[in-house]
Amino acid sequence: MSSLIEHPHPRERRIVFENAGKPDYTPDIETYLAHGGYVEAKKAFTMAPEAIISEVKASNLRGRGGAAFPTGVKWGFIRRDDEKPHYLCVNGDESEPGTFKDRYILHRDPHQLLEGMIITCYALNIHLAYIYVRCEYTHAKAIMEKAIQEARDQGFLGKNIFGTGFDLDIYFHEGAGAYICGEETSLLESLEGKRPYPRIKPPYFPAVLGLYMSPTIVNNVETICHVKHILRLGSAHYAAMGTPGDGGTRVLCVSGDVMKPGPYELAVGSVTLGELIFDICGGLRPGRSLKAVIPGGSSSKVLRANEIFKIKAKADDGTMIDKEVPLLDMVMDAASVAAAGSMIGSGGVIVMDDSRDMLWALNNLNQFYAHESCGQCTPCREGVLWMSKLSTRMIGEGAQASDASMLHNIADNIAGRTVCAFGEAASWPTQSFIDKFPEEFGPRA
Amino acid sequence: MDQQAQRNTEEPNIEDPFSPSDQGDRSLERDLEASLALQAENLTAILLDQIDEAITHYPISKRSAALPLLHLWQNHFGFIDESGIEWIARRLDLNSIAILELVTFYPWFRQKAPGKTIIRVCRTLSCAMAGSYEVHEKFCKSTGIDPCLEGHHGMPTSPDKKFSVEFVECLGSCGSAPVCLVNQDLAERVSLEDAEAIIKKYS
Ligand SMILES: Cc1cc2nc3c(=O)[nH]c(=O)nc-3n(C[C@H](O)[C@H](O)[C@H](O)COP(=O)(O)O)c2cc1C
Ligand code: SF4
Ligand code: FES
Repeated sequence: MSSLIEHPHPRERRIVFENAGKPDYTPDIETYLAHGGYVEAKKAFTMAPEAIISEVKASNLRGRGGAAFPTGVKWGFIRRDDEKPHYLCVNGDESEPGTFKDRYILHRDPHQLLEGMIITCYALNIHLAYIYVRCEYTHAKAIMEKAIQEARDQGFLGKNIFGTGFDLDIYFHEGAGAYICGEETSLLESLEGKRPYPRIKPPYFPAVLGLYMSPTIVNNVETICHVKHILRLGSAHYAAMGTPGDGGTRVLCVSGDVMKPGPYELAVGSVTLGELIFDICGGLRPGRSLKAVIPGGSSSKVLRANEIFKIKAKADDGTMIDKEVPLLDMVMDAASVAAAGSMIGSGGVIVMDDSRDMLWALNNLNQFYAHESCGQCTPCREGVLWMSKLSTRMIGEGAQASDASMLHNIADNIAGRTVCAFGEAASWPTQSFIDKFPEEFGPRA
Repeated sequence: MDQQAQRNTEEPNIEDPFSPSDQGDRSLERDLEASLALQAENLTAILLDQIDEAITHYPISKRSAALPLLHLWQNHFGFIDESGIEWIARRLDLNSIAILELVTFYPWFRQKAPGKTIIRVCRTLSCAMAGSYEVHEKFCKSTGIDPCLEGHHGMPTSPDKKFSVEFVECLGSCGSAPVCLVNQDLAERVSLEDAEAIIKKYS
């Protein structure tokens, strides 16, 4: 696995990637201990669990898996002292097209994840936790299981960890090639050994009826790693790195038509989209201009290069005014990307230059969703297939003038009518591609 | 709807609804016993140990070990046939349909033998923009595979059985597109020359 992570850009602020990015860093426990490993896990046990949850709340950490939900608030849904067992499931399915960050943690810095999990489990009174990772990360199992064994040997996992009387077992669980398993309730069904059909919410909110129908926290790999650093830096310091309500650093994974694609860990809100593409990623290929950006994984709505959107801002006299923001000045935090009509999602930024055909690109994504629908609800199962067939027809033979509006119509009839958010994830590309680039979806000669 | 309503009113229940029943055709059962016994002879001690160990990871419900067991089985035998499904189902006290439905759902599992070397080319956007369709075509041409063959339950395989080549969705390495998995190893920024070299190396 290449050196993509080994050359931090000067504007990066590396916390989660700090060690993983060092060329001579190895995944064994001695190396981790020599780099300050397990210091915060030990410290956690000197704190009251409620104090840890408060720290995470105050840090303004938002989930890095897709929905950007405040992690402390999610943890607050767990009633620490109810009678039931609680579980933690770490989401390492990382299948959202454009996303490639958790892979570095799982392969290069496994103990950081374990330390984050230990702190989380102590805070939430959890004694059994799973790490769910896609099986395409073929070496992750051996690396993580070795790390788990090392931590056991040191007394950091198993019975009476750190001599505190607290028991915790962590196991690694491999997926089997299905994107839908990244959806949290699908992940739980998969972990229970069933077909991974997402559960309907309500009532199946994981924090209420999760794994084995017990309260369960599902968090992304990167999210859990941040927990260690919140304890290390203190929530105030951690929060101050980001923007109000969106603390710390976030890994943005840039792919597509830039000179230097890669994962970049940046203080939240410290760069604009323009800076990300042109300063950090070395700009576009020679002679090319920017056409479109998908800002947060393939499911987020596409943004058009010359787009200008309005945000609410404070004027000098303190009143709120509408401010016009050109796309390249969009700040890369959850709120700003949402204000531009899309989402920061999983941080997967896919850049397209003027050589790209938007119908072709959409058709590629439609085929992805057609392949990955779990098939449980009719609008999604049928709709994504129709969308993929239609966009294929529009490229090739048999295209009709009404195809674009039919395509849009199908998407409109999926979103909001399904069990899980895959319905939206599959519809947003079609809706946004057609809305933003209507000229490319007309009849072709 | 019915199913949903039922779910909502049900007591939280982690017991398995698919426990094996003792009904059914006795003679079929005897055939099955015989083939399972044969199968068991083929299981090495190592595999059996791995299976036992995997099951201990799921103290709350044995059924959770279904995917791990399927992985172990496929890694060992190359694919999962009917007797494998039956064996795993028995080991976990399930009806075989509870295992079969996993094999048919998850794209990673297959029911027929693949070629000796399996090449999975990423088909999704970032890789497609970087030329993964051309790379896929190159792999198919050089190995004599008909790229129109679809379906993961028997992978498109070369006539000499040396290679299986398939498109897969995003492999989580879009920054070094185009990528492919060659057996267990990730190949990054794969050019047409690289593709040629991979075929040579594994021929
Ligand atoms: C279709 C779909 C796919 C998803 N895939 C992933 C994934 O691969 N990894 C992930 O962490 N979250 C994924 N999510 C989000 C999870 O459902 C869940 O919100 C997340 O794991 C929670 O972790 P966080 O709060 O730390 O972000 C997906 C959601 C949907 C609807
Ligand atoms: S929306 Fe699609 S993926 Fe989600 S449960 Fe329904 S059919 Fe399955
Ligand atoms: S699109 Fe190929 S690895 Fe993500």
